[in-house]
Amino acid sequence: MSFVANTPAQREEMLRACGVSSVDELFADIPASVAPKSFRLPPGASEHEVLTYFQQLAERNYAQLTVFLGGGVYDHFIPSAVDALASRGEFFTAYTPYQPELSQGTLQAIYEYQTHICRLTGMDAANASMYDGGTAIYEACQMALHTTRRSRIVVDEGVNPVYRKMLYSYTANLDIDFTEVPTSHGACHRELIEQTVGDDVAAVILQNPNFFGVVDNHEDVVARCHERGSLVIQSVYPVAMALLKPPGEIGVDIAVGEGQSLGNPLAFGGPYLGFMATNRKLVRKMPGRIVGRTLDREGREAFVLTLQAREQHIRREKATSNICTNEALCALRAHMYLSLVGKEGMREVAQLCHAKAEYAKSRFKTIPGVRVMETNPTFNEFTVRLPADAGVIAGRLVERGIAPGLPLGRYYQGMENYLLVAVTEKRTKAEIGNFAEVLEEVLAHYWDFEEEHSERIEV
Amino acid sequence: MSVVFERSVPGRRGVRLPGCDVPLAEAIPEKCLRERSAELCELSELDVVRHFTGLSRLNFGVDTGFYPLGSCTMKYNPRVSERIAGLAGFSQLHPFLPQLRSGGMLTQGALQLLYELEHVLCEITGMEAFTLQPLAGAHGELTGMMLIAAYHRDKGNRRQTVLIPDEAHGTNPSSAAITGYRTVPVPTDTTSGRLDLEALEALIDDETAAIMLTNPNTLGIFNSDIERVVELAHARDALVYYDGANLNAILGKFRPGDAGIDVMHVNVHKTCATPHGGGGPGAGPVGVRKHLVPFLPISRIQKRQDNSYMLDYDQPKSIGYVAPFYGNFSILVRAYAYIKLLGGEGLVEVSENAVLNANYVMQALKERYALPYDRTCMHECVLSASRQAEKGVHAIDIAKALIDRGYHPPTVYFPLIVKEAMMIEPTETESKETLDAFISAMLEIADEAEQNPDAFAQLPKNAPVCRPDEVKAARDMDVCYDI
Repeated sequence: MSFVANTPAQREEMLRACGVSSVDELFADIPASVAPKSFRLPPGASEHEVLTYFQQLAERNYAQLTVFLGGGVYDHFIPSAVDALASRGEFFTAYTPYQPELSQGTLQAIYEYQTHICRLTGMDAANASMYDGGTAIYEACQMALHTTRRSRIVVDEGVNPVYRKMLYSYTANLDIDFTEVPTSHGACHRELIEQTVGDDVAAVILQNPNFFGVVDNHEDVVARCHERGSLVIQSVYPVAMALLKPPGEIGVDIAVGEGQSLGNPLAFGGPYLGFMATNRKLVRKMPGRIVGRTLDREGREAFVLTLQAREQHIRREKATSNICTNEALCALRAHMYLSLVGKEGMREVAQLCHAKAEYAKSRFKTIPGVRVMETNPTFNEFTVRLPADAGVIAGRLVERGIAPGLPLGRYYQGMENYLLVAVTEKRTKAEIGNFAEVLEEVLAHYWDFEEEHSERIEV
Repeated sequence: MSVVFERSVPGRRGVRLPGCDVPLAEAIPEKCLRERSAELCELSELDVVRHFTGLSRLNFGVDTGFYPLGSCTMKYNPRVSERIAGLAGFSQLHPFLPQLRSGGMLTQGALQLLYELEHVLCEITGMEAFTLQPLAGAHGELTGMMLIAAYHRDKGNRRQTVLIPDEAHGTNPSSAAITGYRTVPVPTDTTSGRLDLEALEALIDDETAAIMLTNPNTLGIFNSDIERVVELAHARDALVYYDGANLNAILGKFRPGDAGIDVMHVNVHKTCATPHGGGGPGAGPVGVRKHLVPFLPISRIQKRQDNSYMLDYDQPKSIGYVAPFYGNFSILVRAYAYIKLLGGEGLVEVSENAVLNANYVMQALKERYALPYDRTCMHECVLSASRQAEKGVHAIDIAKALIDRGYHPPTVYFPLIVKEAMMIEPTETESKETLDAFISAMLEIADEAEQNPDAFAQLPKNAPVCRPDEVKAARDMDVCYDI
């Protein structure tokens, strides 16, 4: 089924109108020397057959685990109205709103989304979205480098390690120096950052809550950076922003983050959306689409893509970014989510996440051999040190239906025994209790096994 | 329509959250908390449903009507793809799962799907291997340029320039520039509408890292000299990048890999009918020839001997991470579902009908609208409003007149090398009746442009707004409801 509407008779008629006798004549510009050497693809199938095929693939994924995995992507509840509204064809079969007369729906929604992001982050202006939280950091760096004309970026190691890796990939061919600053007890190491930020630093990248879940008020760090002419980029978790001090209140220059938690499903890694917001001073340096409110010829309120002179289709190689297609539908979902959950609802979601995470901490503290890292306050994610390799222990819990968190050894050297646990409003007291019990059991058996094993070795 | 924040009523609620079944916690110090609540909406669920339903009615999509936006391939998006992407086994899968020990075994369905899609894309394009990670077409270009840079770095040379034909997409020069390259434009031969080979030969040198090629180009013309272009590049160890945005024209007719193309991307939201979403999400898988495989982003999906699938992070020459996980997964699911529905013969039918539809429209309109390159086109044709412009009716005015007649306008003023350009891409899913009606509308508009050119400035009349003031928008910069 190719969804072609025209019948063979219609095609014949159209070919005649084009003055050719066969469709092959229309492809005459393609030289025979480059004719396809192969095009062996399976035959097409009916909708029913294809659906069945994918249902079988989907069933081979264990999506029914109780999820305590986070690491920047969280299992929050999505109200049904988000799916119902976002699946309206007028939204999802449209494209970039180049013709404002036919796109007021998308344009107004983006304007409202921008406003929602500003209110959540306390910043002055937001763009229509970036690809994800990681590319948003990269774009923020480019913005800082261009604005300050400096060449060094300082990165707190509390910033999502995957995003840091992305940043280094993107800039491998550019002359940019990166300095990573280790954390202290999982929190921002203020003295080290202060020592590192010299007159050559374009920006310092921080994260709140950071990758270990630690919450902070970076106001003093921001002040130190500004004294040295460096900008501050802060990556934030939007759900936490309902409770925590937003970047706009502490003088952050560019706020970014992963917006998945706002109404977008986990979906094995995407599509998600990166959000980006800045202050009035820098708004014209911000990459990506931006929607503005204006008036039309008859004085009616209207929305348009604005500040397009920054963009690739006008500026070509001099553009602020190469981004074209962004994540408009994901941003629309985020906006719908925020509209539905609302002012009080978002506070409640954040409070629930936090309270449940604190409860999980209290349960884990009683398990022999487990240490909850609690030198610093956390939001809904925290690290625990296990008595053995966290990857191995996590594997055991997965077998019991629990995705217990992210083992940190892959991203932080020396943290092989650490597990990063996330708790959202979806997790119940019973699920958290079960997690704690299973963990205790697994650890007990683990030691039994190890003892047996080591005895055998000794023999 | 009023802005959503104007509908807000203090104290109104839209959703009920689960009660707190654990003790309330107050572990966060005061100095880390925000002073007052963020001023989000306070609406009922019905308020929200009416607001967004209202907004949707101010929009035009492929579902609404004919959308011949050139270069964007606005074809029908099959509904079954939405249903498949929404299956809980896909939509509720946490991306970190495969990183747990034995976790890969918990996501075998997803990994198999991605593996199969990579291989199907290889067969469609003739490339050796694909990465599905790039999150959009331009992101694919960026990934491609990073691969090219890594290839040259690996050989110990750091080349400085990338050659880009002036008929290329706007993202091409930008993608090359942000990777650290200086871009050098290559002119188009004004008689053939194709890349000027002599100019290319003169411009290519040992500083050239790559040429970025769009074929068929933005004039909708297939460049028959493609082998020669590749030969010229390879003779200087420059690589050839192929912008796959126009793949809808050549399925089963031409495979870039067979012509020696080194790197290419595919816009699945164009060719593979995944929805455009009002400006994304898309996905931009990147294919490479053999010598570039070691540089592909991590992770790579591998099939083990026991037919299970795994993520391989052990790629020492890899350019690293370009996306946090495995690409825009649920978009890739839709793309693969589409390919499965159509099969090989269906894909060939796509290109044949896309090209036929474009030529049919071009033939019917070329008497009344200037056709700068009068030759068989591929999936799109580029007309010019230059004749009408003499009377004061410009491409943008024709666009607005089409809006009043219920059509989305073509892409206008692009490509930049055609004055008053109108780039029409009907796609294969449109019927002859739709095309005939569109043609009639265009011919009527041509008549009106002659008879009553002054009337166009007031168009569109049947849209919610008419020609918003863009200058004011940029000057006053009202981009947030509060400021």
